[in-house]
Amino acid sequence: MSTKQILIAGFGGQGILFAGKFLAYEGLLEGKKVSWLPSYGPEMRGGTANCSIILSDDPVGSPIVNKPDVLIAMNLPSLDKYENEAVPGASIFVDSALIERKVTRKDVNVYYIPATKLASEKGFDTLANMIIVGHAIAKAGIIPYEGIAPALKKVVSAKHANLLDKNIAAIELGYQYEGESQCLK
Amino acid sequence: MSEKVLMKGNEAIAEAAIMAGCRHYFGYPITPQTEIAAYMSKRMPKIGGVFLQAESEIAAVNMVIGAAAAGKRAMTSSSSPGISLKSEGLSYMAGCDLPALIVNVQRGGPGLGGIQPSQSDYYQATRGSGHGDYHLIVLAPDSVQEMADLTFKGFDLAEEYRMPCMMLADGTLGQMMEPVSLDMGDVKKHDKPWALTGTEMKRPHNIVNSLALEPQQLEQWNIERFKRYDVLKKEAMAETYRMEDAEYCIVAFGIAARISKNAVNALREKGIKAGLIRPITLYPFPEEVIREATGRCKAFLSVELSMGQMIDDVKLASDCRRPVHLCSRTGGMIPTPDEVVAAIMKIAEGGNN
Repeated sequence: MSTKQILIAGFGGQGILFAGKFLAYEGLLEGKKVSWLPSYGPEMRGGTANCSIILSDDPVGSPIVNKPDVLIAMNLPSLDKYENEAVPGASIFVDSALIERKVTRKDVNVYYIPATKLASEKGFDTLANMIIVGHAIAKAGIIPYEGIAPALKKVVSAKHANLLDKNIAAIELGYQYEGESQCLK
Repeated sequence: MSEKVLMKGNEAIAEAAIMAGCRHYFGYPITPQTEIAAYMSKRMPKIGGVFLQAESEIAAVNMVIGAAAAGKRAMTSSSSPGISLKSEGLSYMAGCDLPALIVNVQRGGPGLGGIQPSQSDYYQATRGSGHGDYHLIVLAPDSVQEMADLTFKGFDLAEEYRMPCMMLADGTLGQMMEPVSLDMGDVKKHDKPWALTGTEMKRPHNIVNSLALEPQQLEQWNIERFKRYDVLKKEAMAETYRMEDAEYCIVAFGIAARISKNAVNALREKGIKAGLIRPITLYPFPEEVIREATGRCKAFLSVELSMGQMIDDVKLASDCRRPVHLCSRTGGMIPTPDEVVAAIMKIAEGGNN
């Protein structure tokens, strides 16, 4: 019996909602109870966008993630806004290419990955979202590794089937990445 | 069972309406319900239906009146400010005894307000919204699955009772995705001898009209309509959650009920016997369930995304025999489970104040 409350936050256009939809579909395919809730409105078009994803063995109550177990921050305003909301013992993933500061809390696990820089270096432009999600799959086990490909097939539309391999490669890159972290004993 | 798919609440409403046989959608865009219109604009032309983006909300609701008068399953959707504009049409629809589905994916008000979720159109929806003596059937889903199920059911209720039915959702439910099964079953066929379908010179022509200059006649129409509302009371629906031994009863609908469920579980972990009554129909209001709880509970807490509107119906249904408290946020803000927990703790510590 477990419930994972995941919050992904960043700028509109970084693929925050898509990354969330991928995780939600994986949960659905695994037979879990899931919910996906985007922020909507003007913040989607340049401001801070966020997405609440809940993957649970029990029926999902509130779909709003107020206290994330897993926080993926893809810009500084998001880290500033949500760092203190995470539960003690949470895992926080920071795109260190875009966020210069460190997480100040000492009661959480923190993983730094320069996802946006890796994306442009490796030719995965616009897939920093999937790189950092791949890292979160490896370090926080938010979904099982075997679930990655089937879920991606559900969310990458047939029209863009050529992007499927790229998405998988981007997730794999984040999954294998070993970088700076600060973990609780 | 059909395979579950992830869908936004707004899309689930649109697809369920199509499955219910609705082939006439008239609307005008407004956040946060525009996905309904977007979905309809893609699907309707492929299945021989009508998607029409009208020049205004008022035009759209009057087109619904036209299609409904012809006996067709018709719908429109909007969000709070747009529903105010449609309210004249809703009054005419009620006055003409026409069935149709009207979706309100609420946002904060009054005025143009904001675009974030709200439940502050409760009074408007349950008291009729336009002028005159009338009601709408008001359905309040709390999940994407229920948005589909109640859309399907809403068309049936509207036709059975010959009255407009409103789906009262909010921006959160409209925008969120959850797994949904679109196994809706068969569409019920209702006879519509009153519909304007052409006489073919075989019967006297039907008239669909809300004008009655003779007060005796208008009174009679209103009395007969309210007799139907009395029969409608048997359709009242509510979900109860951990109410068996509850001492503190939260009453909440829609998204507020989802938040309250978390609060009930958190309170139970603290050893406080809290439960939830979730009205699924707001009109008719599930008075019986509240009344039954009144005998067993110490206090009620109405949790709403408004300054407190449904709280009046909780007081009425409980005859004010127990204190009824309010926990609410408004203007697009959403109460957290912690806020609901704190409100119950305060009541529990303060006794029956």
